[in-house]
Amino acid sequence: MSEEKYIPKSKLGQWFDSRLPLLSLAHHLRDYPTPKNLNYWWTFGAILTFCLIAQIITGIVLAMHYVAHADLAFESVEHIMRDVNYGWLIRYFHANGSSMFFLAVYVHIFRGLYYGSYKSPREMIWIIGMLIYILMMATAFMGYVLPWGQMSFWAATVITSLFSAIPIVGDSIVGWLWGGYAVGSPTLTRFYSLHYLLPFLIFALVVLHIWALHIPGNTNPVGIDIKQPSKDTVPFSPYVAVKDLYALIIFLIITAGFVFFAPNILSHPDNYIKANQMVTPTHIVPEWYLLPFYAILRAVPDKLGGVVVMFASLFILMFLPWLDTSKVRSAVFRPLYKIFFWVLVIDVIVLGYMGAKPPEGLYLLIGRAATIYYFAHFILVMPILGFKEKTTPLPISISDPVLDSDTKTTNYR
Amino acid sequence: MIQKQLITGDNFVLKKLKIIIKILFIYPIIIVSANNSMAAEGLDLLKNKWSFEGLFGTFDRASLRRGYQVYNEVCSGCHSMKLLSYRNLSEKGGPEFSREDSKNIAASFEVIDGPNSEGEMFTRPGRLSDKFVKPYPNVQAAEAANGGAYPPDMSVLIKARKDGANYIYSILLGYEDPPEGFELDEGVYYNKYMPGHNIKMPNVLFDGLLDYADGTEATTQQMAKDITTFLTWASEPSLEARHKIGFKVILYLIILAFVVHLSLKKLWSRIESK
Repeated sequence: MSEEKYIPKSKLGQWFDSRLPLLSLAHHLRDYPTPKNLNYWWTFGAILTFCLIAQIITGIVLAMHYVAHADLAFESVEHIMRDVNYGWLIRYFHANGSSMFFLAVYVHIFRGLYYGSYKSPREMIWIIGMLIYILMMATAFMGYVLPWGQMSFWAATVITSLFSAIPIVGDSIVGWLWGGYAVGSPTLTRFYSLHYLLPFLIFALVVLHIWALHIPGNTNPVGIDIKQPSKDTVPFSPYVAVKDLYALIIFLIITAGFVFFAPNILSHPDNYIKANQMVTPTHIVPEWYLLPFYAILRAVPDKLGGVVVMFASLFILMFLPWLDTSKVRSAVFRPLYKIFFWVLVIDVIVLGYMGAKPPEGLYLLIGRAATIYYFAHFILVMPILGFKEKTTPLPISISDPVLDSDTKTTNYR
Repeated sequence: MIQKQLITGDNFVLKKLKIIIKILFIYPIIIVSANNSMAAEGLDLLKNKWSFEGLFGTFDRASLRRGYQVYNEVCSGCHSMKLLSYRNLSEKGGPEFSREDSKNIAASFEVIDGPNSEGEMFTRPGRLSDKFVKPYPNVQAAEAANGGAYPPDMSVLIKARKDGANYIYSILLGYEDPPEGFELDEGVYYNKYMPGHNIKMPNVLFDGLLDYADGTEATTQQMAKDITTFLTWASEPSLEARHKIGFKVILYLIILAFVVHLSLKKLWSRIESK
């Protein structure tokens, strides 16, 4: 990036910065040139960073009171809710925080899809982002197991059993995951350990994600390259920082709505029944944010096939920068892609809905159709569209056309 | 259109924000409704107007106290509430018995303690710090005494059922004679609201079953209402604090959002008028 080199004013600052350039880093983060036309869909990066840190902090406090043992875990969670000062607040914030985290990450991913944020030169940002997303799902799944309710236990049983579909070594892998012949205390303790570890890996990847972002800089709704810094950019602080803060507060209002007034609405009542391996719940459903993939898993009649297709549905996203052949980044100038984008959004929501329903009759049929469309979008639509689509003309810069055509705004003063 | 979109104008920004907020709400609601329709296999539950519902919901203190009496005199014969302690009865947001009363309630139970210095277990009167005394020493004993069915612990029962309060209320009032042709197993009762209509628990509530300490007439409905209120508090002892703090937090955030939005507008006006 064409930023001028920062030299600290004080002698001490220069001494320190030449040995460890933390001051330069802080200066860079403050002055980081950001396109001035970013809309509110771009605030979710900051929101997600907040979510991760909030989850880590509440999680650390919860870990001080939680007991990872099959006989005690359920009661220890209720102990947190009843006997720990504001324990109910911390636990409900952590539980609903994960839902809000996923909401934000879905908005963030779909924003990337709409505005072509994954395209050259930002492929690394996208790939690291996808790794973060996959780790998030693993972390959330293991966190869901910790309260050791009925859904925890049976979700753990169903998901870990998937690995038994692997030929030859499948059963050994499942036994290794369980630490025994069934889901039990050993499974719980290793999930707990990993649930504590993975967020820090995610944090490290987030640092890389932001680092990779700061090399080419943000893309923008118009999707054209801009000079940095120029009249098209504003320094991150205070302009973008305050905007992110505003969006974060709105996001927190919604979060607080869930935490304080409907803390259990997004989870399943069965998880307040202590795990019992003798009683299978009528419907075993994962948390809502994993439902689209659950639907894909069940859409395939073969167990191994289902597992393969489910993982493929995740990993295919990593190849998106090369599957999309269009030269134009933003969907704003791609009339056809815009339509297909929204079809994909609806497709994923439909998948989520089918994931919550029992896999039978019409639900299964729609689930299968939606699964096929999901893959078709990435394998067929995106490559072909790049060649066939007639895009609308791009502006030369993000501020020039504004000044030319919309004099009202410029003379507003 | 496109040019318009380039401006980070206020109206445009607010419109976008509204869309984002809508999206943030829609997905979970779709999923929750999918779950709801899944649970709605049986009859529509009886709906009561509960004082603890809504944004400012609080518990009806008198109803909570009567509810404890119903638990103590009726339910506690079979159902444990192992997550509650006697001290909870005098805590804020609950039945709020005086500390003296809670002490007396605790002392009216025999608690097994020990081992003492001789290695013997002994019984002593309950204390505030003791958990509610269980009717059976273990699950097996409970099952043996109840025809093989374990009367579930009621500490978090309301949270463990869809629309828990209305569900428990409906079950308690849902006993009736089975319709003609309905095959009822031995030792099982017919309940309108139970999934499958088979329930191992007999109908326990009858008009005038007990004398309320506060003189309220103990009708079946009154008792069902009181015990449901009590069980809801038991599942969510922090409900009142949650509602109260939640209101303050959201009010604070709205004011903060307003202030930040003003400074945001002021800041960006420098850029837009350049």
